Amino acid sequence: MSLTLDEIQKIARLARLRVTPEEATQLQSHFSGLFALVDELQAIDTEGVLPMSHAQDIALRLREDKVTETDRRDALQAVAPQVEKGLYLVPKVIE
Amino acid sequence: MQNATLKQLAEALASKAASSEELAQDYLTRINALNPDLNAFITIDADKSLNEARAADARRAQGQAGLLTGVPLAHKDIFVAEGWRSTCGSKILSNFVSPYDATVVARCKTAGLVNLGKLNCDEFAMGSSNENSAYGVVKNPWDRLAVPGGSSGGSAAAVAARMVPAATGTDTGGSIRQPASFCGITGIKPTYGIVSRYGMVAYASSFDQGGPMAQTAEDCALLLNVMAGFDELDSTSLERAPEDYTRELDTPLAGLRIGLPKEYFAEGLDGEVAAAVLAAVEEYKKLGATVVDVSLPRTRMAIPTYYILAPAEASSNLSRFDGVRYGHRAAEYTDLNDMYEKSRSEGFGEEVKRRILTGAYVLSHGYYDAYYLKAQKVRRLIAEDFQRAFEVCDVIMGPAAPTAAFDLGSRASDPLQMYLEDVYTLSPNLAGLPAMSVPAGFTRTGRPIGLQVVGNYFSEAKMLGLAHQYQQVTNWHQQAPVL
Repeated sequence: MSLTLDEIQKIARLARLRVTPEEATQLQSHFSGLFALVDELQAIDTEGVLPMSHAQDIALRLREDKVTETDRRDALQAVAPQVEKGLYLVPKVIE
Repeated sequence: MQNATLKQLAEALASKAASSEELAQDYLTRINALNPDLNAFITIDADKSLNEARAADARRAQGQAGLLTGVPLAHKDIFVAEGWRSTCGSKILSNFVSPYDATVVARCKTAGLVNLGKLNCDEFAMGSSNENSAYGVVKNPWDRLAVPGGSSGGSAAAVAARMVPAATGTDTGGSIRQPASFCGITGIKPTYGIVSRYGMVAYASSFDQGGPMAQTAEDCALLLNVMAGFDELDSTSLERAPEDYTRELDTPLAGLRIGLPKEYFAEGLDGEVAAAVLAAVEEYKKLGATVVDVSLPRTRMAIPTYYILAPAEASSNLSRFDGVRYGHRAAEYTDLNDMYEKSRSEGFGEEVKRRILTGAYVLSHGYYDAYYLKAQKVRRLIAEDFQRAFEVCDVIMGPAAPTAAFDLGSRASDPLQMYLEDVYTLSPNLAGLPAMSVPAGFTRTGRPIGLQVVGNYFSEAKMLGLAHQYQQVTNWHQQAPVL
């Protein structure tokens, strides 16, 4: 199967990425090769096989509901592009 | 001292033949001399490293030294380290100085190991040649025209060039084993869940696993003793009693059953690699092992399975890079969405974008069942194939890669071709099994060849032991490039 250039742009929007028309063309050719390989999976009989999402069948651990973290806000915000009074600044979302 | 192993360095420190500061200084001198050419390191900070070394010497003077206290190593730049720039090989993290330590980094610190810097790698560990780093390609110390492999290419090149005695690496689809093979060093990807992923920046969380890379299997065992262990900060860390991974180093190999999967020796395998791997198996027979043919019938199908599941997980993991809390933010934007799109598009390299888009596609409405769910089912079949094989053998052996290191630039224009060459390393990640690469020879042109060993879950000690026994009767691992 192959993706149309419009489909590639749509996926890019979903992934919050910009794709130039040249990049979209290259991606189209990459996807067509990759999905030709992927389509070979359809020939494998997986009737009744449980999907494997993880290497170990373990249940997620629970912990006591108590505060364990110390306040490291200043250190963690020191690496942010833009902060003010302990808040992350982003472009206005709600008018 | 240049070719000294971790073990020898530990002995030199214990006998006071050298101080940690002297060792760190010697290695930093060599790093500074070789790095402009090889580019194995992204970040070097001599002051920081020497401070750690002096602290290790002080600790030893107080009688508080552990086995590896004062021994130097370096970390793949996928592991964040407090106060160190931690880039993941990506432009998007070019200004990120980590406010915390990865658990692996913290455990190394606690053991007194001295960090000599952050090692180059493919961006977010996505690649098999180290050509996807935003900080430039790494050259293979054995042949500067060749790639070091990837994604832990800086780690492998630095150990091979003796810029460090050992390094940490990570392996999602072969990223420890293939560069170890290409650079002629020893590296092991442990059973999934043994080494904490906390602070090891996520690519594909259900496959990612950290591990040691060094000259010898014995050194890998010593370093794995430091790296492995339960961590409550990693939700998939396994709660198991601590193990001594050196405990089987001296175990004789009589009776060891080696499985050779016929699919690992089929069409596509380079003749020189096949010959070196089979010669290594002959060596094991002399050590008392027996050989049995096994089959891993879905080996080739591991490629599409992996290249659906790993990008799916990557697209989700890498959504955290949004230019808000850390990392690159575009200089100009019109609104929030524009800021996300510009920041991410400027910050991510081509291969990372390809994998994010692949993942977003296979997870999207209408394709989830046909691709993602189908691949998860085949993943289980592949894991079951291994268990069937382990009914008749103790370990599986084969090549780590179809060829020795290829030329820089020779695969860069065709990412799919590069994916196909991961064929021997992907399956153990899908199953979560431990797997390693052990130096086993050279091509006529002098490029190293690695023997891959795959064990059953939690058999690291046995694998390291059988690699150590092989290294007692061969000297491939002792050979170093002339630099």
